[in-house]
Amino acid sequence: MTSYIGTATSRVDGIAKVTGAAKYAAEFNAPGLLYGSIVTSMIAKGRITRIDPSAAVRVEGVIDVLTHENRPPMADDDNAYKDEVAPLGSPFRPLYDDRIAFNGQPIALVVAETSEVARFAASLVRVDCEEEPHVTDVNRDAAVPVKSPTNPFEALFAPPKTRGRPEQALAAAAVRHAGEYYVPIEHHNPMELFAATAMYEADGRLTVYDKTQGVQNVQRHICSAFGIEPEDVRVMSPFMGGGFGVGLRPQFEAVLAVMAARALRRSVRVVLTRPQMYVLGYRPAMTQRIAIGASKRGTLEAITHDAITVTSQHEDFFRQETGWSGLLYTCANASYAHKLAKLDLPTPCDMRCPSAATGVYALECAMDELAVALRLDPLELRLRCYSERDQNNDRPFGSKALRECYRQGAEAFGWNKRNPEPRSMRDGGDLVGWGMATGVWDAFQAPITVRIVLSANGHAEVACATSDIGTGTYTIMAQVAADMLGLPLENISIKLGDSSLPQSPVEGGSWIAVSVCNAIATTAGAVRDELLRLAKQVPGSPLANIAPGEVALADGMLVGKGDPSRSVSIADAMRHGAVDRIEQEKTTSPADDPARAHNTHAATFAEVKVDDELGVIRVTRVVSAVAAGRILNTKTASSQILGSVVWGIGMALHEETLIDHRLGRVTNANIAEYHVPVNADINDIKVIFVEEPDDSNPLGVKGVGEIGIVGVAAAIANAVYHATGRRVRDLPITLDKLRL
Amino acid sequence: MINFHYARANDVTDAVRQIGGDANAKFVAGGTNLIDLMKMDVERPTTVIDITRLPLKQIERTPDGGLRIGALVRNTDLAYHPLVEERYPVLASAIMAGASQQLRNMASTGGNLLQRTRCAYFYDTATPCNKRKPGSGCSAIDGQNRMHAILGGSDACIATHPSDMCVALAVLEARVHVASESGDRVIPFADFHRLPGKTPQRDTDLDGGEIITAVELPPKGFAANYTYLKIRDRLSYAFALVSVAVGLELDGDTIKEGRFALGGVAHKPWRDQQAEAALRGRPAKAATFARAADALLRDAKGYAHNTFKIDLARRCIVRALTQAARGTPQSQSSKKIV
Repeated sequence: MTSYIGTATSRVDGIAKVTGAAKYAAEFNAPGLLYGSIVTSMIAKGRITRIDPSAAVRVEGVIDVLTHENRPPMADDDNAYKDEVAPLGSPFRPLYDDRIAFNGQPIALVVAETSEVARFAASLVRVDCEEEPHVTDVNRDAAVPVKSPTNPFEALFAPPKTRGRPEQALAAAAVRHAGEYYVPIEHHNPMELFAATAMYEADGRLTVYDKTQGVQNVQRHICSAFGIEPEDVRVMSPFMGGGFGVGLRPQFEAVLAVMAARALRRSVRVVLTRPQMYVLGYRPAMTQRIAIGASKRGTLEAITHDAITVTSQHEDFFRQETGWSGLLYTCANASYAHKLAKLDLPTPCDMRCPSAATGVYALECAMDELAVALRLDPLELRLRCYSERDQNNDRPFGSKALRECYRQGAEAFGWNKRNPEPRSMRDGGDLVGWGMATGVWDAFQAPITVRIVLSANGHAEVACATSDIGTGTYTIMAQVAADMLGLPLENISIKLGDSSLPQSPVEGGSWIAVSVCNAIATTAGAVRDELLRLAKQVPGSPLANIAPGEVALADGMLVGKGDPSRSVSIADAMRHGAVDRIEQEKTTSPADDPARAHNTHAATFAEVKVDDELGVIRVTRVVSAVAAGRILNTKTASSQILGSVVWGIGMALHEETLIDHRLGRVTNANIAEYHVPVNADINDIKVIFVEEPDDSNPLGVKGVGEIGIVGVAAAIANAVYHATGRRVRDLPITLDKLRL
Repeated sequence: MINFHYARANDVTDAVRQIGGDANAKFVAGGTNLIDLMKMDVERPTTVIDITRLPLKQIERTPDGGLRIGALVRNTDLAYHPLVEERYPVLASAIMAGASQQLRNMASTGGNLLQRTRCAYFYDTATPCNKRKPGSGCSAIDGQNRMHAILGGSDACIATHPSDMCVALAVLEARVHVASESGDRVIPFADFHRLPGKTPQRDTDLDGGEIITAVELPPKGFAANYTYLKIRDRLSYAFALVSVAVGLELDGDTIKEGRFALGGVAHKPWRDQQAEAALRGRPAKAATFARAADALLRDAKGYAHNTFKIDLARRCIVRALTQAARGTPQSQSSKKIV
């Protein structure tokens, strides 16, 4: 019997993707499909005083121009627009009224018979505005403390409570480091443009193909925004060309496509342009001050971490950016503070490893600076501060193999050959720098429901409304189902990305793998129990007296675990039970386990080479050692970490959304000028998964979508310091900041 | 993006006749820049004349020992042409430093000369820009100008020319052959691109009715001592912060003739006679190179975000001249700077 869990199984949807058979939101067609093109505001704040679509309407092929003045009715209250992951505040809704809250805001939708006509006509819509003064850059003095949480979801993001007496301990510490670190606004830039195709059925029902990380989240949003019953709208997202968090909340392409479809009683597709993608959400810019006090032997006495992040005027988006500092290392005294700079920008949103990617960047650079001050190896400092307990909540971890990450990562990298002196290592004209950093992220699990239908011919359909945002969810679901049902992988078909399927949360936070796979295991157990009930009815059943826990499904048979000769085939059991299918649907939730902390960890080691005259930086090697419980698929999991490391390199050296604050407008809203790494920027990346047994959930899974990016930017920044002796705390580290 | 008519030209005579009769027409060859600008509503031609069928795809030797490159030769074909690789490697290198393989496969020789600036404000119709809308103002001078000019700018415009290929053509002193209904002419490369002055909307010396038919290279190719060094914010697919093309003719350790041009620093590929005079007859060593760099940058002016380019340009010039003198030109595939 083959076991699929833990193997390097290739993607079950791989052939469909590379042959084009996999269809994305903008690729579904309907007879008489119309095309919507969005008109956006060119000011950052104010009111629309007049909007004149007459020139656009006159263009042949234009069907209608929707604006706030002629749109169909929409709900008036904020709650109707609150989605599963909405922050505190008043959610944005397109074409709602005459207010302009940010530059690039959608203010009209031109609907035409072709996308070309729609786009041309959109350029003819005349908009007059009354401009109001706007603010898009951070004024530290105007920042306000984050509000207290009003529900358990918001409570996840509140800064932890102060412990001990951090100010006094800091003042008394033998060695101190304090620094201010900055991460700019960054955008997700998935390859696939956001798009929605709303199919208008003859009976007025809608099927909406949308680019989203949560089909049920979008379905609820559309229902409440337009007062539609859930049975009248189905949201589908079978494939997604990258999400990274920007598809967690319902976005305006879906609302606009539905709005137009309902207004015109026609099927409508809306595809955003690349510049329009820059108002969907972003990683908030973050200014952080960290102070650390330590003893001379390298143990921590105190840590204080203050952050200011940006958000919109209408919503308070923030994550728990600062608390990682007190969680990670043994330290008796810690305090955190988090303020928001409310700006005339769209609301930020989650972006791969929100909070930890930025907060831990600052922490891990500060730790490196402390190591320099202590004249201690940076890895040795981490080991001296190592904590077996969650310091914020004083509880043990479900599992924490970070020490092994350090050991295996350092060994693979050759860390012990590091000369600690900055500028001491060279390769010809290049300065060589080695840096390292720790990574940490949560291991969440969420309630989720899975349905399995097992047919007598030994095929099974596994269904859940989760998305596969490109991470490999289809594949790991199939692997777990195949193992649990004792069937070959090719006998499993996965259905997901459809709001009519059993309940799923949005796919984010690295919680889907653990949630859906444990639900599959539980549901498969119920299928097995039902099969056993039938098998026992077979005349002379060899399983007549066996307990459910003593049988397993293998090779299409129910088999006694202790005695493989006792078996009944799936086909025989069903035939005797006079059924041709067994259907089970089960909901699983995380175990109630407040006594333990659940986290993933990583250690990243990076080598940079820097031209000592010109400051050109190359990241020549990265080793990422990850402890994330049981790895379901070593191939897709490695790809997750590789992609995260590449992103971390981009965060360190390239990524920055530029805003002209006079205009309140992004000036690099395209992927030529918004730099992410290209092939030339990427060299050797080695991924190590260390063993980490964990009993927090039956499969021992934690999720790997996000941990890989945490610490990468810090490891590179620390390596740049080691190479050059220059400490750049403002990301990205461009050669002008290096000033060699 | 506005609607436009598509027309096709069959030969040069047909092309110049068509464009001469329509002030709002544009030629399209590779389309790698024009189509982007049309999508952004920056270029709004009412007619696009497809010239890809014109017989301008040859690379031929000229009687004087130079090379004549048809205006429709693709950038990739030019960079990999044996005669270019052998005799004008600085040109091959500069082309390979630019854009991406896919873009180079499409982009034409003539079109490369006519690329427009990548200044963000030029691309965004929501912002003032004298180049896009004369008289509306320059957003970059007091705005985001990290990528902008340090030489030859004006109060009206501090945009830079984005081409890498043109920086090498400046060093090679190429000649641009153009045709129009009123006849043919040849424009020395140094006169082809303009400085912004008060009319930044005009990038080049071309008249509206003219078409580039060929770029001619003189015999001198500096194949022994050359380099193209490009410094940018990522290691490929980014415009130059500063780039330097160099061609040296050495007599032992003495520079008989030295030419160098800078990209990414001005409205055109930037050469300076005084700076090159500082090389002539001097020993090929760091002190000579530094003097030449200082001469070229004597009038350099930085703005809020690009002052770093002045010092970077100085270092790049010295490094590039060193590479050329040593006969160790910068590789465009290995990103380690030699």
